[in-house]
Amino acid sequence: MNRRDYLIRKVLMAILTLAVVVTLDFFLFRVLPGDPVRAVIGRNVRIPKETQDALRAQFGLDKPVFPEQFFATLGQWAQGNLGVSWSLRQPVGEVLVAKLGNTLLLVTSGQVLSISLGVALGLFAGWKRKTAIDVSALTFSLITWAIPTFWLGIILLAAGSTWLGLPTGNVVEPGNIGKPFFEVLPDIVRHLILPTLTFTIVYLGEYMLIMRSSVLEVLSEDYILTAKAKGMTHWQVLRKHAMKNAMLPIVTLIALNLGFTVAGAIYIETVFSYDGLGKLFQTALDKQDYPLLQGAFLLLAVAVIIANMLADFLYTYLDPRVRQV
Amino acid sequence: MSERWFLLKRNLAEFWRVFRRNRMGKIGAFLLATSVLMAIFAPALTPYEPTETIRDANGRGLTFAPPSEHGPLGTDDAGRDVWTQLAYGSRISLMVGFVAGFLSMAIGSLLGILAGYFGGWIDTLLMRVTDVLLVIPDIPLMLILVATFRRLEVGISPTVILIMVIGLLYWTSTARLIRSQVLSIKERQFVARARAIGAGHWHIIRKHIIPQVMPLIVANTVLIVSTAILTESGLSFLGLGDPTQPSWGTMLNFAFARNAISNSAWWFYLPPGLAIVWVTLGCVLLGNVLEEILNPRLTSHHLESEANMVARTSSRPAESGVSGK
Repeated sequence: MNRRDYLIRKVLMAILTLAVVVTLDFFLFRVLPGDPVRAVIGRNVRIPKETQDALRAQFGLDKPVFPEQFFATLGQWAQGNLGVSWSLRQPVGEVLVAKLGNTLLLVTSGQVLSISLGVALGLFAGWKRKTAIDVSALTFSLITWAIPTFWLGIILLAAGSTWLGLPTGNVVEPGNIGKPFFEVLPDIVRHLILPTLTFTIVYLGEYMLIMRSSVLEVLSEDYILTAKAKGMTHWQVLRKHAMKNAMLPIVTLIALNLGFTVAGAIYIETVFSYDGLGKLFQTALDKQDYPLLQGAFLLLAVAVIIANMLADFLYTYLDPRVRQV
Repeated sequence: MSERWFLLKRNLAEFWRVFRRNRMGKIGAFLLATSVLMAIFAPALTPYEPTETIRDANGRGLTFAPPSEHGPLGTDDAGRDVWTQLAYGSRISLMVGFVAGFLSMAIGSLLGILAGYFGGWIDTLLMRVTDVLLVIPDIPLMLILVATFRRLEVGISPTVILIMVIGLLYWTSTARLIRSQVLSIKERQFVARARAIGAGHWHIIRKHIIPQVMPLIVANTVLIVSTAILTESGLSFLGLGDPTQPSWGTMLNFAFARNAISNSAWWFYLPPGLAIVWVTLGCVLLGNVLEEILNPRLTSHHLESEANMVARTSSRPAESGVSGK
């Protein structure tokens, strides 16, 4: 199987997963009791039966669920119409787009930090195997794996706000909401410190472990011995040969972690009242706002699927050996 | 039968000898054992009921009281003793963790054995399903599943819903692990011989494959239980647990929602998290050690030997050629 077939197979898998997600998302919420028409009008309003039936026809709810409603909804979703949120009384798509930026900001800074620190620490731990650095790094990874994300957030929130005067929540101070991004940038950064720190600590251990075992594997290869025999210093060997090859599994790990990153974002944003998609998801859950839940899940799942596929593409580009699978 | 019993006892004795020397394993076992003991003997560990409000000399409820002679961990926002809640909460946390862990382990092992042994379309189907499930973000999926089940009002307690959802989504890694193990066992000689003398599929699975795979299953179960405990605490923190049967995660939900942080009531939000870390670390340490010891690649076992498979006759070429001593 060459590279093209491998990529085609990955795209087909992505499409299949997408189909599963969309079907699940649609039917799961159709299973629920409760009349969607009532939800739109409000529970305490009396309306005559003819109006109810007319509304039902307008929303297409009188047609059978499986094929007509299903494909009609899919069509709507493809056009970006994800319904109307009950609790916020706004179109779901608008709400999602508004909060997306905040979450991207948090997740990106957290991931960048944890990846760079994890790779650096993993490199050192693998190089200086069985020394104090290695053992303490391993212990750190073990302990951070056992710590629940949200609990770490609570501790950092309590410690940070009490001892360092850092803000206890939100993206910016209330007086700064709605102002242009670059004007309130220092405030945004201040509010990002604790959530990003939580994010970094949680995911750092994993990247470090993978990098470390990858480095150990690479450093036992023959060409490393050759490089050393040629007279290169340890640092030169690491930089020219070891690091590039050892980093390949990191790309896979980033792809695998995307799903878990979403989970982490939900917990961290809830603890820090950070106004992003994660907190939105949790609020929708709390208020049983099903259109919002449906739309948010769709967005999150689709994002992870596409990102996974892109990571697979990137991996085939980086690792020539995969093309001969 | 007695020969099997003797071999089992010998294997257990050998296992115990290796285990005793391993410090990490002993620490893990200690952590886990103390948690289980706390869950079993919860009423004996505290004079209070978990829902009892402790009152001071004037009859007023002692809210947010720091550790004192009334209770080693102080009280929560309603005057209830935190240590009591911790002890009773261990029952829920551990029960959900263990049951969900066993459930997903049972499903995963069954599917892994079937897929690995029979191969063909069963195997391909399993691989595709696990591929799809691995990409979909797990926590959002669990959140909407739990939300749907609860809304259905079928009368299932929220704790049972949590067990079901966690158990039904964590079988994928176990299935893949067991499957690859079964694939390698399938190729070994004793399986080919058993088939040659006409043994049926179920006989081979029962008598040969399962005993080989069991150690791996046991080791993997402990690790799955640790993830189940972490996940349960996370879902409970987000409000999906049963408030009348609080687990450690639900305690943290209460602490967060009822302003324990702004009241600096560290005795309320620190201990449940510490308890979660305690148990999870115990499971991980124990699981790692078990996996090391029980890994079939490292030990030889009685099913590999030639004994009882070939009838010993005096016309064996080797014997006739060897000069006696």
